[in-house]
Amino acid sequence: MNSKLARGLLLSAAVLSLAGAAQAQDVTLTIESWRNDDLSIWQDKIIPAFEAANPGIKVNFAPSAPAEYNAVLNSKLEAGSAGDLITCRPFDASLALYDKGYLASLAELEGMKNFSDVAKSAWITDDGENPFCVPMASVIHGFIYNKDAFEELGLSVPETEDEFFAVLEKIKEDGTYIPMAMGTNDQWEAATMGYQNIGPNYWKGEEGRKALISGEQTLTDAAWVEPYKTLARWKDYLGDGFEAQTYPDSQNLFTLGRAAIYPAGSWEISGFNTQADFEMGAFPPPVKEAGDTCYISDHTDIAIGMNANTEHPEEAKTFLNWVASPEFASLYANALPGFFPLSEEPVELEDPLAQEFISWREKCESTIRSTYQILSRGTPNLENETWNASANVIRGSETPEDAAKRLQDGLTSWYEPQKN
Amino acid sequence: MTVSSPRMPVRWHIGVFLAPAVLVYTAIMVLPLFGTLQLSFFRVVDGRDVFVGLDNFRTLLGDPRWSASFWNALGNNFWFFLIHMAVQNPIGILLAALLSNPRLRMRAFYRTAIFVPTILSFVIVGFGWKLILSPIWGVAPSILDAVGLKSLFAPWLGKEEYALTTLGLISVWQFVGIPMMLIYAALLSIPDEILEAAECDGITGMSQFWKIKLPLILPSIGIISILTFVGNFNAFDLIYAAQGALAGPNYATDILGTFLYRTFFGFQLQIGDPNMGSAIASIMFLIILMGVCIYLFGIQTRLRRYQF
Amino acid sequence: MTPRPATNSFGRALASHAILIAYTVIALFPVLVIVVNSFKQRNAIFRSPLSLPNSETFSLVGYETVMAQGDFLHYFQNSLVVTVASLFFVLLFGAMAAFALSEYRFRGNSLMGLYLALGIMIPIRLGTVAILQLMVAGGLVNTLTALILVYTAQGLPLAVFILSEFMKQVSDDLKNAGRIDGLSEYTIFFRLVLPLVRPAMATVAVFTMIPIWNDLWFPLILAPAEETKTVTLGAQVFIGQFVTNWNAVLSALSLAILPVLVLYIIFSRQLIAGITAGAVK
Repeated sequence: MNSKLARGLLLSAAVLSLAGAAQAQDVTLTIESWRNDDLSIWQDKIIPAFEAANPGIKVNFAPSAPAEYNAVLNSKLEAGSAGDLITCRPFDASLALYDKGYLASLAELEGMKNFSDVAKSAWITDDGENPFCVPMASVIHGFIYNKDAFEELGLSVPETEDEFFAVLEKIKEDGTYIPMAMGTNDQWEAATMGYQNIGPNYWKGEEGRKALISGEQTLTDAAWVEPYKTLARWKDYLGDGFEAQTYPDSQNLFTLGRAAIYPAGSWEISGFNTQADFEMGAFPPPVKEAGDTCYISDHTDIAIGMNANTEHPEEAKTFLNWVASPEFASLYANALPGFFPLSEEPVELEDPLAQEFISWREKCESTIRSTYQILSRGTPNLENETWNASANVIRGSETPEDAAKRLQDGLTSWYEPQKN
Repeated sequence: MTVSSPRMPVRWHIGVFLAPAVLVYTAIMVLPLFGTLQLSFFRVVDGRDVFVGLDNFRTLLGDPRWSASFWNALGNNFWFFLIHMAVQNPIGILLAALLSNPRLRMRAFYRTAIFVPTILSFVIVGFGWKLILSPIWGVAPSILDAVGLKSLFAPWLGKEEYALTTLGLISVWQFVGIPMMLIYAALLSIPDEILEAAECDGITGMSQFWKIKLPLILPSIGIISILTFVGNFNAFDLIYAAQGALAGPNYATDILGTFLYRTFFGFQLQIGDPNMGSAIASIMFLIILMGVCIYLFGIQTRLRRYQF
Repeated sequence: MTPRPATNSFGRALASHAILIAYTVIALFPVLVIVVNSFKQRNAIFRSPLSLPNSETFSLVGYETVMAQGDFLHYFQNSLVVTVASLFFVLLFGAMAAFALSEYRFRGNSLMGLYLALGIMIPIRLGTVAILQLMVAGGLVNTLTALILVYTAQGLPLAVFILSEFMKQVSDDLKNAGRIDGLSEYTIFFRLVLPLVRPAMATVAVFTMIPIWNDLWFPLILAPAEETKTVTLGAQVFIGQFVTNWNAVLSALSLAILPVLVLYIIFSRQLIAGITAGAVK
């Protein structure tokens, strides 16, 4: 009896110590993310590559529902049950997490020096001292078009705004295709693929964006109202009942070959490649007059940081350094064409459509979305209001001037530099 | 020995009956919720919670930016509720009355079929109805075309004047099973003797329903009314699934639930504001509490109940 | 029997069927659209959402994706465990509390009733952080127990509210007869009262189980781990930020209807059974 007990104790002690040893060897890092879309890419390509290079560290990619990500992540961080690595939204959402002490400073991280200041700007404290997320990718706006349809109708790619509307008019007259696939039901399409897509050409990219932040320009200035006026003209070229058309509806309309042009973000590329059975091309937002400098929205969109309360900071840093490496950049950019790496090291892209998008970086000036930095810190929230205003303007229920005035009044109500 | 005897010392069984429910409910629901609601008296200043009394409520009702959203949401919510009272509950009662006829064939089939929408998840309801009502994929337009009413078609969910009513009707479609089932249970518990006695007196059919059954199920109609009220003023998921957190077009479908969610948890670039969010939640709570108290103390106590 | 009432009741039955069939069509049409489309290729879903799958468009790709991604059988099991266990506790604790409130007169009775009803007036989501902290402290994160506890608390207010209304309708004579026979209060509750309120219990069970089965929020927050995922959470994987795999979502959620439907049929049978048992008394 006694010896049995002793043996049992010994055995369980042995098992326990074995388990302990195994734990000491293998650390599992959990990544919080909103990118359900990428689950298989992480599981099949990225994680195996990392684990092969770093034995002893296991990685678990655990995405939650994209729409609930912010709310879920905040709750988990506050209660202390969040994962070791946190996928970061750009600008204030992540800055707030850093300020509350949930994200660790990465100022000392070796890999951060692979990134330019512009790349880091979306995930750094206002004083520029403490970066807190490793930039992963940016997305570029433009228009994707159905090459077959363009050939069939004898259309060429428009470069100026007049050409653009002439093309739309021709497609409309012909009647085979819906000229442009966009709806206003989900609102963000109108703001992101509409206003923020074509806007930089009017407010001259960074120049206008920074002037708005410093208070030198206002949203009622011509440069900021003009894009709304152009958007209002889109209405005639959208499909019937576009008011109730959702974002997935737009995607399907285009990939099923029913619409000729799709106001896009480069993130669509991988999805469209698998779904469309025609050839696709892309063109940047048309400029006002031939020969004008073109501006594109090349928006810093996704990064990854470290939970300040992780139990495995060393392993997490190892992972982040790997994310900052050219190896990851090339792996990620080619697995997810349309998410362009932000590291300074140039990356070979294989996808032709992605190559087209990234080539605009050479000939046009890059900027980011105008509402993202600083201007959406207050109430009313400028980004959310811009969704609403863009949808209203396209539907024709608000004039461009009224919409601009409403946005400016909202901004003035809380943003000091705009108070004059 | 009567229960209400004043000499009865300690009636332990009352405590035993109440304890499990009260304990679980208090620990996991009441304490966390009131912990959250008290945030409405605080505001974050320089990273610390500072007690500000009723300031948040003053902002919510006094600052035109907040109050416009609030009154819009409240008004929409009342419309949403009216649609349910005027459409969902009468249909529910009618269906239950028809189903409770013991001689009706295929009752089990109808009862199950009509209840199916109620068990669907909001993701499916949102997707299905958007697909059907979509102007692009053509289900609703072709159905209307088949009956010669194509001209009536509009992109309802995208129009400010129709969107909320459309969503209200979708919600009615989804939840009509709830009043149906509750009334059905109430109708079934009416003893046969009463109905037989009525039949002997020549009261049958419609008049039997109006004169005998309806008075007997009034308490249940009271319950479904108050449950509809509570449910509608807490509603959130359907609008969120169909129109997103910004409740478009142009906030035409914004109800208190979506307004609260957007404020409390934040949305997109808007960072969650638990303090203002709690203020909204507290006001919603007071509105619902008032409704429930009117029901509990004003209506319920006056309803005559029959014991069978 | 004279012929007139016969035709009358025949006409009435016909009218009843006409109304019920019409409403059944309204109720089932959208559901059919969803289920039918879950058997079609993506292109066919949007090209012609109303047509039945034919040899060209028929596809099980959605169901195949669902079966390949994660362990859906296990998710179903989790959902069932959570739903059934929560239901059991809600019904048991709820009926006990409702009995106490409707049967005994004691000081604070209506206040207690109001207190227990407060929970239906505030969305429990608002307490998320405190609840999660509680579960972290209790070491219950990523366990089904955490979900069962939350859903029990969430379901109780409605259960007490509905059940106490129905319990007021149970005959006092019956209970007093029991007391004269020397039955304890517990026996009176479990043996005499509970069987009589079976229809109401079944109703409450149905109302309680639906939000539990379909809930996404608490599984996402409290138990997102692979071993504790519920069906609703599992299906969420297919809804991406930009690309949604509608084949898989429709398939997963169409499958998810079945277990609740079976539970509903079981409970709605209880309605009838309860009545029959009551009639024998």
